[in-house]
Amino acid sequence: MNITLRLAWRNLWRHSRRTWLTVAAMVFSNILLIFLISLQFGTYGMMIDNSLRSFTGHIQIQKPGYNSDPKMRLSFDKGVEIAGKLRDQLGIDTLSTRATGFALASSEERSYGIQIIGVEAEYEPRVSTLPGLISEGRFLSGENPEEIVIGKVLARNLKVKVGDELTLLGSGRDGGFAAGVVNIVGVFDSGSVDLDRSVAQVPLDYFQDVFSMDHQVNSIVVSVSELSETEQWKDKLQSFVTSNMPDSDLLVLDWNQLQPGLKQAIQSDVSSAIFMYAVLIVLVAFSVLNTQLMSVLERTREFGTVMALGFRPGRLGLLVLLETVLMAGLGLIIGVACGSLLVSYVAEVGFSYPGMAEMAARFHLEERIYPSVSFLSMLTGPVVIFIGCLLAAIYPALRLRLLQPVEAMRAV
Amino acid sequence: MRLPINTMLTLAWRNLWRNHRRTLIMLAAIIIGVWAMIFMTAMMRGMVDQMIKEGIQNLPGHVQIHHPEFLDDPSVVNSIDEPDEKLLEAFSNTMVRAWTSRIKVPAVVSSEYDNRGVVLIGIEPDSESRFGFSPDRISEGRYLDSGDDKGIIIGARLAQRLETRLGKRIVVMTQDPDNNIADRGFRIVGIYSATLSAQEEAFIYVAKNTLAKLLKIPGRTSEIAVMGHDYREIAPLYELINSFAGKEVQVRGWDELDSYLGTMLSVMDGFVLIWIVVIFLALSFGLVNTLVMAVFERVREIGLMLSLGMRPGTILYQILLESFLLLLIGLAAGNILAVATIKPLESGIDISGVAQGMEMMGAGSVLYPALDAGDLILANIIVVVLGLLTSLLPAWRASTYDPVEAINKT
Repeated sequence: MNITLRLAWRNLWRHSRRTWLTVAAMVFSNILLIFLISLQFGTYGMMIDNSLRSFTGHIQIQKPGYNSDPKMRLSFDKGVEIAGKLRDQLGIDTLSTRATGFALASSEERSYGIQIIGVEAEYEPRVSTLPGLISEGRFLSGENPEEIVIGKVLARNLKVKVGDELTLLGSGRDGGFAAGVVNIVGVFDSGSVDLDRSVAQVPLDYFQDVFSMDHQVNSIVVSVSELSETEQWKDKLQSFVTSNMPDSDLLVLDWNQLQPGLKQAIQSDVSSAIFMYAVLIVLVAFSVLNTQLMSVLERTREFGTVMALGFRPGRLGLLVLLETVLMAGLGLIIGVACGSLLVSYVAEVGFSYPGMAEMAARFHLEERIYPSVSFLSMLTGPVVIFIGCLLAAIYPALRLRLLQPVEAMRAV
Repeated sequence: MRLPINTMLTLAWRNLWRNHRRTLIMLAAIIIGVWAMIFMTAMMRGMVDQMIKEGIQNLPGHVQIHHPEFLDDPSVVNSIDEPDEKLLEAFSNTMVRAWTSRIKVPAVVSSEYDNRGVVLIGIEPDSESRFGFSPDRISEGRYLDSGDDKGIIIGARLAQRLETRLGKRIVVMTQDPDNNIADRGFRIVGIYSATLSAQEEAFIYVAKNTLAKLLKIPGRTSEIAVMGHDYREIAPLYELINSFAGKEVQVRGWDELDSYLGTMLSVMDGFVLIWIVVIFLALSFGLVNTLVMAVFERVREIGLMLSLGMRPGTILYQILLESFLLLLIGLAAGNILAVATIKPLESGIDISGVAQGMEMMGAGSVLYPALDAGDLILANIIVVVLGLLTSLLPAWRASTYDPVEAINKT
């Protein structure tokens, strides 16, 4: 073993209690950081995925202006045909078309204003989880036009159940009167009160019929298998639109444009988290600075002697840094080991805190969150702490350069 | 041998500065830690405070009385009587700052271009204005004059959605208790703005008597709202209202009406405590380390003092005092730094870059840090108490040295 390395290792254990205390500070922060970062990664993933998959999808093709102000007349023709071409040419089948309107839904006893969405019964289940959340009855079959599925809360408020009839009253795309009578075939329970109270789905062709839409649709919704593929698919869809429909003004929007709040909520959460982590890391760095400065100062005489014997100040500085590397390395290894054990355990059983359920309902989370176990989430925190510790040791190491061998040997 | 407290203090103070570098580094760590505790807490408090205020604004009212079925089925059928004499007597209590009664029904509003589902609220303009929906929220036009006003006030976003404006007529369609469609045209007399744009789209306001006539429910109402003085302390108010309200109605506090908000408040309290303790733990390693070192380099000195007759208890006391002084200076400086950084920010920090994200959480686009005296005291107490507890170990070790061995230690 290299002599400097061996010296550094032995020096560490001259004050084993002090070394362990400093290492313990690192281990504590490492575990905390690993746990919190993996939890965050897990939460964000779930939050984005759940809210996009529930309804919005990752990408939508719309008319300009529809996203900020969803008016029925901001629609485009031959949506179903375009969707068919996209499926054939791009080889993606998780895509569906929708048309959206507003109507007063009346049962025998009650009336509520709700959002009516015309969907393709065959493809809708591939872009949205709602059809899979039917708690009573079934989803639209695609065979009978006069069918509707509504949310659980709406069903309760309208005092209706599967098999009952609803009357829809609204205005069509041309401004004319739109009315229809539909049969409730299913009730979905998405867990989100907003969706469950205000949304209903009918077959697209029926919708186009009732609301005088001809063959117009409002959006083509695309869901991708991995969030990270969004960008790639957006480009493909965009180039399809530009090459096949050069004179249309259709926009391809990704989830961040569709739901800017989602990313911003995450951003604001990340920035407050970064502040917390930074404080923790600074505190650990101070602990290391203190330890290393002490260990340098108490060895003034010793350093004087070895310098008199020909040891260069630079090499002494290296020695101190090496001690820090060893100490921080120890903290890193123990911290990552304990941290990953903890995280893998929690990833199995899930994590929950009092109040989680209420927060979950608001942000499309489940009632237990599962931390994401990955190299990135495991190592980001510890590596930053490691670097912080090294930076903290620079000052004590540099102080050595000021050392005059003769004076140092005489120091008390 | 017992030393007078002055001497002990002097000794502790001088001991601290024997190794001023170490003490300064430790102090810096304590100051940063304490600053972070208070600063972060004030930021989070500010956000949650605002979320709750906005949320209560959305209701609004600290305690509300409804028909038991109303929240689940907000229909005109689930209405209640206007407050009787007994309840009015409760409202004259000093705990009640204001009360109002409103009719709240789902409705569809249509302009010539578009229609939307909204919540139609019939208000008593005078008493309602003390609940936040007041004339200064009106950005265009006027507020409702009286309970018989024939006009309607809608939100700025809704006006945009419906492509309508001040002075135009819109048709409001709802249901009377007999399931007949009740509709009526209203002239828009005012446009209001709200911090959360979702509110602007959700609520439209008309005068209560006008709405009661339209719905044919004279003398009935949907909601009686009571405001106390502090949203944090609604328990006594709730008790008061509950004891005076009749059996056929249900009384709820805001934390029950909006469980997300209620939870946020308790989650926040938990978070403050955890954050303070975590920061303290990160600090404690350094604190113990500093004391262990301070004791270690003074082993011989401690041995000498013990041989001269100083009691072990006094040594323990001495080292705790040293730690206490260190904590005290750190706390003082940390508190001052925190207050000094929070005060200039209290006029609000613009975070409109993430406004839509904040709206998802229910907060606005300006963050007002809220320095809560309770949090400040909590942070200081935790640091002092836990700080002294962690110092106990090195101090106790120092006091149990064997004098002869300690004196001979090299």
